[in-house]
Amino acid sequence: MGKIKYHMLVCGGTGCHASQSDQILKKFETLIHDRGLENEVQVIKTGCFGFCEKGPIVKMMPDNTFYTKVKLDDCEEILEEHIIKGRKVTRLLYENPETGEHVSDSKHMEFYKKQIRIALRNCGFINPENIEEYIARDGYQALGKVLTELSPEATIEIMKKSGLRGRGGGGFPTGLKWEITRAVKSDQKYVVCNADEGDPGAFMDRSVLEGDPHSVLEAMAINGYCTGADKGLVYIRAEYPLAVERLKIAMKQAREYGLLGKNILGTGFNFDVEIRYGAGAFVCGEETALIHSMEGLRGEPTVKPPFPSESGYLGKPTNVNNVETYANVPVIINKGADWFAKIGTERSKGTKVFALAGKINNVGLIEVPMGITLREVIYEIGGGIKNDKEFKAVQTGGPSGGMLTVKDLDTPIDYDNLIAAGSMMGSGGMIVMDENDCMVAMAKFYLQFTVEESCGKCSPCRIGNKRLYEMLEKITQGNGTPEDLDKLRNLSQVIKDTSLCGLGQSSPNPVLSSLNNFYDEYMEHVNLKKCRAGKCKSLMQYIINAENCIGCTLCARNCPVNAITGERKQVHLIDQEKCIKCGACMEKCKFNAIYIK
Amino acid sequence: MAKIKLSEKKLEELKAVCKSFNNEKGELINVLHKAQGIFGYLPAEVQEVISKELNVSVAHVYGIVTFYSFFTMTPKGEHPVSICLGTACYVRGAEKVLEEFKRVLKIQVGETTPDGKFSLSCLRCVGACGLAPVVLVGEKVYGRVSPDGVKDIVAEYNS
Amino acid sequence: MEMVKLTIDGKPVEVEKGTTILKAAKTVGIDIPTLCFFELKDMSIENRPGGCRVCVVEVKGRRNLAPACTTIVMQGMEVNTRNIRVLNARRTVLELILSDHPAECLTCAKSGNCELQSLAQQLGVREIPFQGEQSTYRKDTSPAIIRDIDKCIMCRRCEMMCNDVQTVGALSAVNRGFMAVVAPAFEMNLEKSPCTYCGQCVSVCPTGALTEVDHSRNVINALADPTKTVVVQTAPAVRAALGEEFGLAPGTLVTGKMVAALRRLGFNYVFDTDFAADLTIMEEGSELLDRLTRYLKGDKSVKLPILTSCCPGWVNFFEHNFPDMLDIPSTAKSPQQMFGPIAKEYFGKKLGVDRKNLIVVSIMPCLAKKYECQREEFKVNGDPDVNFSLSTRELGHLIKQANIDFNSLPDEDFDDPLGESTGASVIFGNTGGVIEAACRTAYELYTGKKLEKVEFEELRGMEGIRHATIDFDGLPLNIGIAHGLGNARKLLEDIQAGRNHFHAIEIMACPGGCIGGGGQPYHHGDSMILKQRAAALYREDAGKPIRKSHENPFIIELYKEFLGKPLSEKSHHLLHTHYFDKSAGVFVEE
Repeated sequence: MGKIKYHMLVCGGTGCHASQSDQILKKFETLIHDRGLENEVQVIKTGCFGFCEKGPIVKMMPDNTFYTKVKLDDCEEILEEHIIKGRKVTRLLYENPETGEHVSDSKHMEFYKKQIRIALRNCGFINPENIEEYIARDGYQALGKVLTELSPEATIEIMKKSGLRGRGGGGFPTGLKWEITRAVKSDQKYVVCNADEGDPGAFMDRSVLEGDPHSVLEAMAINGYCTGADKGLVYIRAEYPLAVERLKIAMKQAREYGLLGKNILGTGFNFDVEIRYGAGAFVCGEETALIHSMEGLRGEPTVKPPFPSESGYLGKPTNVNNVETYANVPVIINKGADWFAKIGTERSKGTKVFALAGKINNVGLIEVPMGITLREVIYEIGGGIKNDKEFKAVQTGGPSGGMLTVKDLDTPIDYDNLIAAGSMMGSGGMIVMDENDCMVAMAKFYLQFTVEESCGKCSPCRIGNKRLYEMLEKITQGNGTPEDLDKLRNLSQVIKDTSLCGLGQSSPNPVLSSLNNFYDEYMEHVNLKKCRAGKCKSLMQYIINAENCIGCTLCARNCPVNAITGERKQVHLIDQEKCIKCGACMEKCKFNAIYIK
Repeated sequence: MAKIKLSEKKLEELKAVCKSFNNEKGELINVLHKAQGIFGYLPAEVQEVISKELNVSVAHVYGIVTFYSFFTMTPKGEHPVSICLGTACYVRGAEKVLEEFKRVLKIQVGETTPDGKFSLSCLRCVGACGLAPVVLVGEKVYGRVSPDGVKDIVAEYNS
Repeated sequence: MEMVKLTIDGKPVEVEKGTTILKAAKTVGIDIPTLCFFELKDMSIENRPGGCRVCVVEVKGRRNLAPACTTIVMQGMEVNTRNIRVLNARRTVLELILSDHPAECLTCAKSGNCELQSLAQQLGVREIPFQGEQSTYRKDTSPAIIRDIDKCIMCRRCEMMCNDVQTVGALSAVNRGFMAVVAPAFEMNLEKSPCTYCGQCVSVCPTGALTEVDHSRNVINALADPTKTVVVQTAPAVRAALGEEFGLAPGTLVTGKMVAALRRLGFNYVFDTDFAADLTIMEEGSELLDRLTRYLKGDKSVKLPILTSCCPGWVNFFEHNFPDMLDIPSTAKSPQQMFGPIAKEYFGKKLGVDRKNLIVVSIMPCLAKKYECQREEFKVNGDPDVNFSLSTRELGHLIKQANIDFNSLPDEDFDDPLGESTGASVIFGNTGGVIEAACRTAYELYTGKKLEKVEFEELRGMEGIRHATIDFDGLPLNIGIAHGLGNARKLLEDIQAGRNHFHAIEIMACPGGCIGGGGQPYHHGDSMILKQRAAALYREDAGKPIRKSHENPFIIELYKEFLGKPLSEKSHHLLHTHYFDKSAGVFVEE
């Protein structure tokens, strides 16, 4: 890379990809070619930078200039100004919302300041399609170290000492899991990477695989060495074409470099990886269901024990870990268990990746140390609530998690605290809600998801969640009674208590946590037939305030069902019978004349 | 169920796919993925052929096809429209966008317009939460879609 | 064996390692209710998906409740099966199941025999607190089985029977979540599936989701029609099980009472399928000897082994699954279908009754028989040889409807001539019975010697696949036996692969043979009932004065008067059949 003066890192994560980052990359390449700068400037497509809100992102190295919301039309200017004239394109720099100052280096942005990147260490730094860039950042060094210097037992000891717990949701100690699988005697064992991320509103695993696939492959090989498996399987959503593509490229390159396959690094250790595709079933995140799906069966979970570590894929001992868990492994081996264990809280070590989304200013992928508070995440990293609305709740753990409120803002985030607060870590979805979100409707949203995703095997999950959903529907339609709230609570408890797998055992969490934290709102729905957030259509009416209406007819022209009548320059009226409560009128009204009752 | 004749060429392609997986039962889901790639959907005939090739019962194949939401037995439209109903998109108003698509296209989720041009489906999180709410038409991603913008998106494909 | 100590409801329990909580509890008189759990002990049939969650119990130290049917006991475990948490959970789960189940008990075919109903009764459910949508599906009526899967509770027993035990593959769990249900491919009718109508799904279904097609109304109409002469034939296994419908102990032989009841129902002649079973032995046994002799003489065109063909579920199975082997099974019809033409063409003619006016009803332990008698090849100008086939259960209902106090009936005898039978035919109802009966006759015909000991103990038992070598006076005859279609498939695949060298194989579709047939009184997973029925048939055999088919005087007369000899042209015309390739798919034509 001798003569190269500039590296342009273009984000190829899904969010930026969706905003044409691919075309931007091509445009840069063409422009560079046209100017004959190939030897000085290199364009690299990286994985997700995390700051999706400001995408597409282009980062200039070595000066760390971080351009945001880059459009195709901006490419020429960036090249002309930044590269040729050496002047930053100020208008594309991040603007500190507080001070209005332009910030050029990402490490000075609030969004990045509190983050510690372990699992995401390479995302946004390297070209995921080039193994050499991974190797240049200590890639496969951990595998080499393990194979040449450490016994499987010693490696497992490091993992145990590091305190790493499963990042897929359950939080089971990773080293212990490996040790259990290692202890089972068998002629064949498997290690599996669970990349069937199904939480609606989470894209951590996808981003790691898209941004740094080799870290997962390396960790799987280390896992194979420790547990005694020579075969790894990545179970990945078929809906993640980019991740699949990059994983395939990474596997091919790793094989070419002798880092997968027979006799790895000449140590006699054999290990290779295959891809298995999920086909759209959230329950397949559960490890027994995942294994059945890999076997070509319906992804129904089975009762544990036997655990996969005893009898898993094809009846053989199988160790299942999730993508983010794997992504931590090489760093732990390289930097040591003590280094890792210094980060985080007493029982939750290291960092956690969250997909921060919802009513928040800085939507994106973040990695924070365990023990950080929700307040720091939401107000510092996340930049606070969008449009200066009031914070109401944050949901962690997706449909399995609970809604946390203002009172939880200063709770340090770790596995145990989240459970104590009625939620869970889950895989890392973190959805922020504001005053305009109805908590009953949110609970209903999650239940609808669970009802659609329940496999149907056990009765509490198959029928119970449906009944929960129906009761919530009844309440949001204004037909609920106070007794329904007791029924909701009891049924939720029984579903948790009796369901076969983790899906059903956690599916009532959104109901229970919202009942606990927002009981008033439920009571309002039930007793006053009122939805304070204005989300439950059956409980609200759009009304035209005669004082403000000037009769501009804009609302009437935009009403999709012609429910608004009124002569020009006369006060308009909404026919409540016809109104479908889409809200188009209110959005269009320039005179604040429409309100919700 | 209407009887659909499979083209000889595609049928051979399907059998070759089965063979490439050594006609192994355990590869059923992989085979179905490929089959859906060939035919665009998984009609009963295709499932019967796969059942024969892999030596599993048709009922079993059907049991798999109906379990996984990725598999479909109805042909998708020329331009499949998918609305992300992940939580991030939901709290940013994806439901209204969905309603508008239903209204404009005059079809329900899971249906295809009579002219075969559009089909409508929902999906969960495409990982572009920064752009919420997100709509996919084919491979193309539309971000920050408002109900107002729906007509324009549809119009793009109607010319 | 390593033992594990634990306490259940405070009681100390010591059981073998690997025992489930459910079974451990049973040893100390604690009967934890179950619903999806099902087993036929000693027959390798077990269903414990852990899906219904009715059997949940509290295990100290565990976060959630544990299903007793699948949770293995651990040293020092403290289990509570009836505290308030458990009782509330169990009841709520049941209420949920009931909230998605049609409340049609009054008119449901399964009423009184429904495990869901008994459970609701046991737990004292008096109202269903959850209202909401119910999962509904299209009702499907096939020639033998009705699927009313609105009543399916996803216990998966039928799926297990159809796939794991029978390897028929007609059923699978389909859809997901609330709409998940067990159904044939594309949720089409069973008739379009490879279903063999063995009825094992029906015999294990805990609710009314799977029941037989009830033909008793047709029989009542025929009995009421003065222009019709109605004759009835009763299969061997019926007499060993019918008593259960009237509260008698399993294994009680009710042959005489059954005859008396049928007579009171108004049947003009009460005959015995056993007679036709003796006839089957004459034909099938002769076919065996014919093929065997030719084979021993070096005739390479002879196909061996010969496979029995008296089980209609089995016939359906090989027509669907082994189309390349249609020439191996015996061409002899089943006893039911041999009885039909003999009744209509021989007995009817003797009576002077036209076949259209002679109605033949069969009482069968079987549901496949319903389909069998509707087969086109068993009709003459549209008139079936056997008009209606009723299951043992349907006969039980019919007797109750006719106000007959079954248990106080006197024993009566079958009518002549088609009511006379031998001990050989009685054991047709047991696995191994047909081949034992065949051996009794074939031995004497082949060797010309008298068989001193008629019992072939080596052919008996409940092992799924058995084999024995019978000494035919110097000729070692290799015999294979399979019951349950999954076992049959194994034997067949062995033949295909040239792995076994049997001369003759007996196959019965149902576990245990006809005594475990799909039309028998519900055994609810009690394998002792099946064993007692089997023992009853062997008892009946032992008590018979004649125990070899070829010694049945009316069989001898039938050949002399009407058929000539076994395998004669007339026999071929009336008593033999041929098979069809049914392997083609519904949508793809090869």
